[in-house]
Amino acid sequence: MSIKKRGLIAAGILAVGALALSACSSGNPLAPGNSAATSGSSGPIVVGSAAFPENEIIAQIYTQALQADGVQASIKPNIGQRDAYLAALKDGSIDLVPEYTGNLLQYYDKNSTAKSADDVYAGLSDALPKGFEVLDRSKAEDKDSYNVTETFSQKNNVTSLADLKNASVPLKVAANPEFAQRPYGIPGLKSVYGVNATLVPISDSGGPNTVKALVDGQVQLADIYTTTPAIKQNHLVTLADPQNLIVAQNVVPLINKSKASERVSSVLDKVQAALTTEDLIEMNIKSSGSAKESAEQIAKEWLASKKLFS
Amino acid sequence: MNQWAAAFAWIFDPAHLGGPDGVLTRVGEHVWYTIVTLVIAVLIALPVGLAIGHTGKGRTLAVQVSGGLRSLPTLGVVTLLGLWFGIGLTAPLVAMVVLALPPILAGGYAGVDAVDRNTIDAARAVGMTGGQVLVKVELPLALPLIIGGIRSACLQVIATWTVAAILPLGGLGRFLYDALPLRDYPQMLAGSILVIALALVADGLFAVVQKLVVPRGVLAGRVAQVRVKTARPHAIASTVGGRP
Repeated sequence: MSIKKRGLIAAGILAVGALALSACSSGNPLAPGNSAATSGSSGPIVVGSAAFPENEIIAQIYTQALQADGVQASIKPNIGQRDAYLAALKDGSIDLVPEYTGNLLQYYDKNSTAKSADDVYAGLSDALPKGFEVLDRSKAEDKDSYNVTETFSQKNNVTSLADLKNASVPLKVAANPEFAQRPYGIPGLKSVYGVNATLVPISDSGGPNTVKALVDGQVQLADIYTTTPAIKQNHLVTLADPQNLIVAQNVVPLINKSKASERVSSVLDKVQAALTTEDLIEMNIKSSGSAKESAEQIAKEWLASKKLFS
Repeated sequence: MNQWAAAFAWIFDPAHLGGPDGVLTRVGEHVWYTIVTLVIAVLIALPVGLAIGHTGKGRTLAVQVSGGLRSLPTLGVVTLLGLWFGIGLTAPLVAMVVLALPPILAGGYAGVDAVDRNTIDAARAVGMTGGQVLVKVELPLALPLIIGGIRSACLQVIATWTVAAILPLGGLGRFLYDALPLRDYPQMLAGSILVIALALVADGLFAVVQKLVVPRGVLAGRVAQVRVKTARPHAIASTVGGRP
């Protein structure tokens, strides 16, 4: 039912896109200033997104920013997992999608050992398939992170993973079960920082049960995504990672090269420069809980607050 | 076919058998969790079920409440109670007991309910008190259905304890939750096979118990009933006639 509906919507978007395209070729009177003629010749841009709220919000921001600058853009949100939306990018049903540097690199280069934000970003330009391109990376990151409570941080003087060696208590980490094997998990903690810790497996990907275990003191550390509202709401301290144990996951626009005109790039670069991890947390708070604003509305508010296109 | 071979190879790999996270430990934990759950559920549901069956009161309420309990999604209950009780054994234990209550309750009242009214009247007629009727007549006669209820609860509990491994617990669910993110399908299949095997063994045990607990008198009565039918009016007439 919903698939059918989504298909109809997609067909609708395509139809509108086709109309817009044909209108363009006959000299669209609604087209903005003449300067668009040179750079906007590649047609309207369809922005896709993965099937989770944060990604959809970023996609909305891209779409609205492009529209605000007079570029014809539409959105096709909630496409699915990486496999699904990268296939859509390849077959041309979308032209642009918000991505995360580390995961994207490892998708195309499984043997990549790049960890730091710079190395990962540099590795991406080599690893991406022909016809794909990434624009500027943002400071904003959504990645695994080790978190402790404020009390634990103050009592043991710990603000970085490197400080953990000095903590006198035995360390337990609440995280998904795969954390026992992953290089950024228990093995990495040992080999990179010389810290011994045991895993307390909670399969909710840093969700409420993980946070509860940490706040209750049943574990000392918890693996929570950096953009999770609970970090802020519970005053958790995200430990610094000076040795880059955890692969960087900067937000980055992945775009079809043929659509990456100078004008489009400059709009998205502005957005990328303004976006922070803190912003992502704030926007995730808005999209969850009792507020539950739409991605469209959240994106609108963010753009208004940053005054990028006024 | 290859997957199956890999799964059985996984189970019998000596490296997976022993140790604190080996197959034997996990099976032991799973059996232990199941027993604790069933004991608690029986202590709660059986007296209530018997009382309902004995008095005939509150049956509608019991059916509705236990029907409601049945519809609770256990994974959701575990997660929710986990937020309340923390990551210990309490949250999943409560969720599993909730799951086990309805069939045991139903077995209790249905078992007592199914006892022939004539038998109960006879028991009262020979001077038994209400309590004696319940313990000496209704309970033994209801045992097959009561055990049937516990048997059904046991199967559900064995199968469902696996989902509780979303929290940091032992048991066979560990193999499923640990292997899924690593795409270690032989281990997942191995975990599933162990759950199935455990359920079959438990069900077999209950089948034997269920057979054993049928009172001899009931078996004898079943045969006798056929014979007695024609003779009945006589018997009643003679007792009725004999009394005053």
